[in-house]
Amino acid sequence: MTSLRHSRGNAATAYAYLSPTLVLLAVLMALPIGMVIWYSLQNNVITNANPQLVGLQHYIDILADSQFHAALRNTTVFVLASVGAHLVLGLAFATLLNTPLLPNRIKTVFRTIFVLPWLLTVAIVAILWRLILNPSGVFNYVLTTVGVLDAPKEWLGDPALALFAVTLMNIWYGYPFFMVSLLAGLQGISADLYEAASVDGAGPIRRFASITVPQLRPIIISMTLLDLIWTSHQFALIWMSTGGGPLDRTELLSTYTYKLAFSQYMFSTASASAVFFLLISALLAYAYVRHQKARD
Amino acid sequence: MNSAVRSRTTLRSRSVQTAVAAVAVGALAAGCSSAGGEVDGGDDDGQVTIEFMQWWEPELPDGALAGLIEQFEEENPDINVELLSGPFASIKDQVIAGSASGTMPDVLGLAGSWVHDFATQGSIANLTDVMTEYGYDDSQLGAQVRVDGSAYSIPVVNFAYPMFINNELMEEAGAEVPTTRSEFVQVAQQVTDATDASGFVAALGLEQPNGIQIDIMPWNWASGGTMLTDDGGPAADNEDVHETVAFIKELWDAGVMAPGGLTMAEQDKVEEFTNGRVAMMVSSLAHINLIRENSPELDFSVVPMPVVDGYTGESGVRYAEWGIGMSANTEHPEESWKLIEFIMSEDANGELSGFANGFPGNANVTPDLTDADPVFQDAFEIWQAGYPASEFTGLPLADELMRIFDQELQHVLAEDKPIDEAMSAVQQEWSGTF
Repeated sequence: MTSLRHSRGNAATAYAYLSPTLVLLAVLMALPIGMVIWYSLQNNVITNANPQLVGLQHYIDILADSQFHAALRNTTVFVLASVGAHLVLGLAFATLLNTPLLPNRIKTVFRTIFVLPWLLTVAIVAILWRLILNPSGVFNYVLTTVGVLDAPKEWLGDPALALFAVTLMNIWYGYPFFMVSLLAGLQGISADLYEAASVDGAGPIRRFASITVPQLRPIIISMTLLDLIWTSHQFALIWMSTGGGPLDRTELLSTYTYKLAFSQYMFSTASASAVFFLLISALLAYAYVRHQKARD
Repeated sequence: MNSAVRSRTTLRSRSVQTAVAAVAVGALAAGCSSAGGEVDGGDDDGQVTIEFMQWWEPELPDGALAGLIEQFEEENPDINVELLSGPFASIKDQVIAGSASGTMPDVLGLAGSWVHDFATQGSIANLTDVMTEYGYDDSQLGAQVRVDGSAYSIPVVNFAYPMFINNELMEEAGAEVPTTRSEFVQVAQQVTDATDASGFVAALGLEQPNGIQIDIMPWNWASGGTMLTDDGGPAADNEDVHETVAFIKELWDAGVMAPGGLTMAEQDKVEEFTNGRVAMMVSSLAHINLIRENSPELDFSVVPMPVVDGYTGESGVRYAEWGIGMSANTEHPEESWKLIEFIMSEDANGELSGFANGFPGNANVTPDLTDADPVFQDAFEIWQAGYPASEFTGLPLADELMRIFDQELQHVLAEDKPIDEAMSAVQQEWSGTF
């Protein structure tokens, strides 16, 4: 009896301590998500005092909308290209910063330069790249001067180049996070493994493929999953550089949803789009959590 | 210590811990709700605090708006005004969010393109009713933005949008100021061929699709054209609009428009002109100060918009306004109206429009041009010679209407979509929106 009372007392104390966090989670997470899902099932929420329940109609409308298809297509290209490039660049720069072939002073300089994009806010990055990619900007100047281009290009204004241009901006902005994480992983790999492999006659490529990559795999998988989630949420960079244009060439799910809500005031349809977005993120988050559990 | 005593001690300790945790939750809840304590803005000493959100302060000389507000507070010692200022785009987002959540500031700056949506959402007050209630004589107001016959916004300062010309580039190209569209095409071509600059620039980015009402439609309005039917319905596929789009397409195909226009924002456009990379642009008089500040040596002037060849009628001059309105849910309607009344008074309105390089919203105020920039004096003549035109003001989902038009225009320019087809698509979508 006493033990049962102790047990209940323990539980009450634990829940009492947890309750501030639980309240915050409920107010800041569960409630907004619940409201968005509820909005997506009604018609003309917010702008109409008496919205009606329309079930899944907004989801059906969205899935039939060609703009949504374009946004989904662009988001897929943008996310996969960004994450792939983040991984390759992050690994390449981390390897460079970890090499014993360079003196520490040089590595410090490189480390400072490589991490620079991470220190800037997204608004600064957007403005900076708008200037760089301007038809009269540095990018065109360099490429025309060295003879790569005959004439300046409209990197952000040309429908054929705009998605490439914003992806390039996002790659530049996002690789340092990969680089720093992978560098930490590289520094944790025992030098004995490389020595033993060298003694066995393994060359640099074999050592990289058989030691570096397997040792970094847990970090690479975690980082890739996280980056897939973060990059799919990218909004500010696109909005401040192209606004989703020209035409719909850089329209992502995030800008599509924003326009539905704040340009057309279709908050219910925007909510349905957001829920769709949430499902994709939830799947990625689930994969991430499973991977973390497996690691533990 | 025996086990019974230890158990009691432990239980007491747990009770204390639980109480501490409960207090923490209480404090958290109190913290979350503390913002609501002053929602009504009523202070203990009987004073009332009202919020005034606008994008004007950052665009005015330092202290100009704050000085006026100070004067208002001196005249009304029982009212405090809290100025909430920010850039236009940021204020727009905040006002939309406030409208959605029913937490709009008491008094707010309004752009003409927002008014219909906020009025139909019931988030801004019907000023016709307010003026009647407080016995205000609205004959002194130059204009009122109406929805279904009732005023919801009062233009405080109006900004005309004439054609800005870079005189040095024109001289270098040996070109004269164009007065018709065909002359404009010719001059733009001359400048593009003879200099490193482009003839014309239009900012058609989709982030803020207002390039449609700033860079495209003014060509239509200048020649007496319209994009609406007589009863205010959409007429995007009429002959006037078609000819205007065809004219822009001609400029585009001739390569005389500055590159990058499809993602350009208004500030980029002004920068292109300020840096001497463009000879001609349509822009607000509000940018005179900015251009003078960033490029003091730039020799530029303002001229009327060129018109369709052979057109001799009066020209519509595109304008934008700083409008003012009040929240429908304000708990201090009387104090809020007092502030609006003060801002629209002859003295305050004249002073404010002078600071802003705009034309006063109070019809009884004549702008003092004695010390004004000579470019501003020319602009005033253009303004007086024409009639104010801003057909997007007061339309439903005005930003979305512009975005729809912008997207189709981009198809015409970048993908050679037939103009008939594009304008039919715009008309169809506009009809749905109206």
